[in-house]
Amino acid sequence: HEKTYSYPLDIKLKFENKRVTVAFGERDGVCIGHVLLAVNGQPLSYDKLPDGRNVFDFLEERENFPVNLKFGRAKITTNEKIVLASMFYPLYALAVQLSPDQGSSGILELVTDTFKLNSSQTLTGVKFIVVADLKQSGIDQLLEKIYELYADYALKNPFYSLEMPIRADLFEQNLQVAIDQIEKTGFI
Amino acid sequence: MTIYNLYIFDRNGSLLFYHEWIRRKHTSMSKEEEAKLLYGMIFSLKSFCSKLSPVDMKQGFSSYKTNIYRLNLYETPSSLKFVLNTDNEASQQEIRELLSGVYCQVYVEFASKSPMLVPGEIITSNFQYL
Repeated sequence: HEKTYSYPLDIKLKFENKRVTVAFGERDGVCIGHVLLAVNGQPLSYDKLPDGRNVFDFLEERENFPVNLKFGRAKITTNEKIVLASMFYPLYALAVQLSPDQGSSGILELVTDTFKLNSSQTLTGVKFIVVADLKQSGIDQLLEKIYELYADYALKNPFYSLEMPIRADLFEQNLQVAIDQIEKTGFI
Repeated sequence: MTIYNLYIFDRNGSLLFYHEWIRRKHTSMSKEEEAKLLYGMIFSLKSFCSKLSPVDMKQGFSSYKTNIYRLNLYETPSSLKFVLNTDNEASQQEIRELLSGVYCQVYVEFASKSPMLVPGEIITSNFQYL
C-alpha cells in the first residue's frame, strides 16, 4: 500500500523486532502491524534508508515531506517459520487432551477466514502441514503424496541426515510438480 | 449433529460459563484449570493464524477439526469468546449462525442486560436453552 503523506505524519510508527511497524493510525488499508517497506521508492534495511540515515529522524523533518511511504505485511523469515511450526506441535497435542470424546487425533484441519491448514501425522510422529486457500480441494491426497516424496527423495537419500532441513533437488522438483498438479486439477 | 460442550470466556480469559451435554472423556484437571488451558490454546491458535495468514484477516481463526470432534470459536468485537465442541457432521455455516444466535438472543438478552451480572464472574442466571 503506497501513499504520499504530508507533514506531520498521522501514522505512529515504532521500531520493533528490527522492523519499523505501524503502532497507531490505521487507515486506507494500512493496518496496525504493517511494516514500512520503502520510503520514496527506496527499500529500508531495518530502520535505515539506503544512504544510512535513520528513518525516524528523516520523518521528523518538515522539508522531507511530502514523502511516499510503502507499507505492507512483513515478510516471514525462515526462523519465524521454524518457530511457527514448533508452535503447532503442542497445539496439536492439546487438541487430543481437551477432546470431549474418546480416541481423538490431533488437529487435522484448521479453518480461518483467509486460509485453511491441513495436517497429517505419520506413525512415526512426522507431521506434514499444508497451508492452502479455503476452496482448494484434494489436500488429503496432496499430504499423502508429500509423504511418498519424503520417503523416496529425503529418507532414501544417502546424504540426508534425520531431523535436519531437507535440501534435495529431486524432492523440491517433485514437490513442485505435485503442487502444480493439485492447483490445476484439484486432485492427484 | 451432536454438541459436546460450550465455554464462554470474557476478554481477560476468565471463564464466564460452561455447560456440557455429552462428555465421554474428562481431563484429569479441575474445571478452572481446563478452562485456562483451553483459553491459552485459543489465544495461541489466534496468534499462530495471524502470523501464518497470507493476507490480513478480519475474523481470524474460526475452527479446527480432529477425527472425532470440531472446536468452533465465535468471537465478538468485545473479545467475548464462545467455544463450542461439536461432532464433524454439522456445517460450519450452521454452527456460526448457532453461536451468533447464542450471543445475540441468549447472552445479550439474559446476561448483558441482567442487572445482577458482575463482569468477570461465572454466570449463574437461568438460561432458557435452544
